[in-house]
Amino acid sequence: MSTLDASDDQASPATMSARPVRVIPQGRSGSALKKADNRAAYLFLLPWLAGILLITTLPMLASLYLSFTNYAVIGLPAWIGLDNYIRLFTADRRFITSIWVTLTYVGWSVPLVLLFSLAIAVALNRGLRGLAIYRSLFYVPSLIGASVGIGLLWKEVFGERGVVNDILGWFGIAGRGWINNPTFALPSVIALNVWTFGASMVIFLAALRQIPESYYEAASIDGANAWQRFRRITLPLIAPVIFFNTVLLLINSFQSFTQAFVVSNGRGGPVDSTLLYSLYLYQQAFQQMQMGYASAMAWILLIAIGIATALMFWSSRYWVFYGDR
Amino acid sequence: MATARTYDPELLRAEKRRRENMRRLKGLGLHALLIALLFVMLYPVIWMVFSALRPEAEIFGDMGFIPTNWTLENFVRGWQLYGNLTFTQFYINSFIICALAIVGNLLACSMAAYAFARLEFRGKWFLFAIMLGTMMLPIHVQLIPQYIFFLNIGWVNTILPLVVPKFLAHDAFFIFLMVQFMRSLPSELEQAAVVDGASYWQRYWRIILPLSMPALATTAVFTFINTYNDFFSQLIYLTDTDRMTVPVALRLFLDPSGGSSSFGGLFAMVLVSIGPVLGFFLASQRLLTKGIATQGIK
Repeated sequence: MSTLDASDDQASPATMSARPVRVIPQGRSGSALKKADNRAAYLFLLPWLAGILLITTLPMLASLYLSFTNYAVIGLPAWIGLDNYIRLFTADRRFITSIWVTLTYVGWSVPLVLLFSLAIAVALNRGLRGLAIYRSLFYVPSLIGASVGIGLLWKEVFGERGVVNDILGWFGIAGRGWINNPTFALPSVIALNVWTFGASMVIFLAALRQIPESYYEAASIDGANAWQRFRRITLPLIAPVIFFNTVLLLINSFQSFTQAFVVSNGRGGPVDSTLLYSLYLYQQAFQQMQMGYASAMAWILLIAIGIATALMFWSSRYWVFYGDR
Repeated sequence: MATARTYDPELLRAEKRRRENMRRLKGLGLHALLIALLFVMLYPVIWMVFSALRPEAEIFGDMGFIPTNWTLENFVRGWQLYGNLTFTQFYINSFIICALAIVGNLLACSMAAYAFARLEFRGKWFLFAIMLGTMMLPIHVQLIPQYIFFLNIGWVNTILPLVVPKFLAHDAFFIFLMVQFMRSLPSELEQAAVVDGASYWQRYWRIILPLSMPALATTAVFTFINTYNDFFSQLIYLTDTDRMTVPVALRLFLDPSGGSSSFGGLFAMVLVSIGPVLGFFLASQRLLTKGIATQGIK
């Protein structure tokens, strides 16, 4: 543990000194050593390079090609140009639905996760006793939230006779079947995603603990209240981490699959209300065997994530400052 | 300063005590709030635990929160829901995949990380940028051709599509994690080894790897949790019932024929299925939370 602690505390300065200083053994010139370094490095990278070529680049190129074809696994892909893309946007209502479902899902869960994780992290960072226990307990849902088991549990919790209705019953509110209701099914799945805010919280907590206490003391002496201290000190200093968490959450939420699959038994129902993009892609590829069509969907997803990430990076110029600590 | 001197020390002390009490009171309120939130969040899980431990007929009844008739029958029934196929087989399948995935990730990712962190070579920053880029790639753009390829070489319905990519360092995140760690190791040790004529492999295997234990352990735990929870690829690649893993088998509870008739069995098996993840987490808690934290710092 101690070594990990050390590396944490000096994260950035330590990287500066890590460059190997060259000690040149007898009989070898500097450039010969450099060559040896070069060759050794590529040998070490060999598995990864093979992976990049065989299971990343080639499949990506192949799926780009397939997206312009009609291909149902049996037989050969037939070139149809842009037809898949045109059909997706003009003739496929479920596709448009899946986009709206996904945008709703991402648009609600990312801000809510950020809000919860930051609020709890700030609360925990006040020198509270039992910090480690709280941190672990809040983190537990992140560990299990993506599993099929929790999806099954959620289905019952938000079911007609589930826990949610029990709790509502305590306050005299009559419940309903949330997960089977087209209006409430998606919010239930969003709630499951928000439930796993612990992972972001842990990252926020680590960042908060790096802010020197003296900043807050100085601000207090100047008469800043709690909100001003948060707004003027905490927020700007952890902006890079907010940015990092947002990008991470965006990329992950766009690809969410398991929970929508489990609560709707793979259908995306009721009435396509939980038809997340990944789920529809899965249906097209592995139930309808429309591999070309699904490949086009995959590329649209890649471009969408690319645009979302690029927008985040562009906007970060206006609200994230990395200046000297 | 001049005004400060005029304060009565008694008064100052009293003021300090008052503030201390205020702070303590606020702390108490915060504790209460956090515990209440935790209770609401974890209530479904607690409910499931108690449901799994009570007779089937009492699960949705008004029988009180804590069971009066404790029983393990749900576990027995859930474990052998599918004819002669029991969860024993599913757990064996899951654990084999997890074990191989851990070995693959540790080996392949640490090798790549060693090159990035400790060696100078041509095209280093270009390749490093590619590595970072692949962390953001959605799996979907590779998935379909990969599936078709694995189908054609007869790998579908084997564990190979789930395991072989790990030996090719496909999880770039772990490379990144280890690079961050290995960079921070002092260079003196490796220099001494160079003087003694150690080969690159010896430097990596004998010096850097043992020193990188915390990063390796974090990788192992995360790989276990991710692989064990991974549903999408196991759903696609493992279709024969005797090849199924725990998450894929759990999914069978959704079938109207099996699942809805036995909520007790379902809850019991869900509970058992999250056990290994919680166990790994408890065993390596501090390491894990630190491991995630290191993503954010930089």
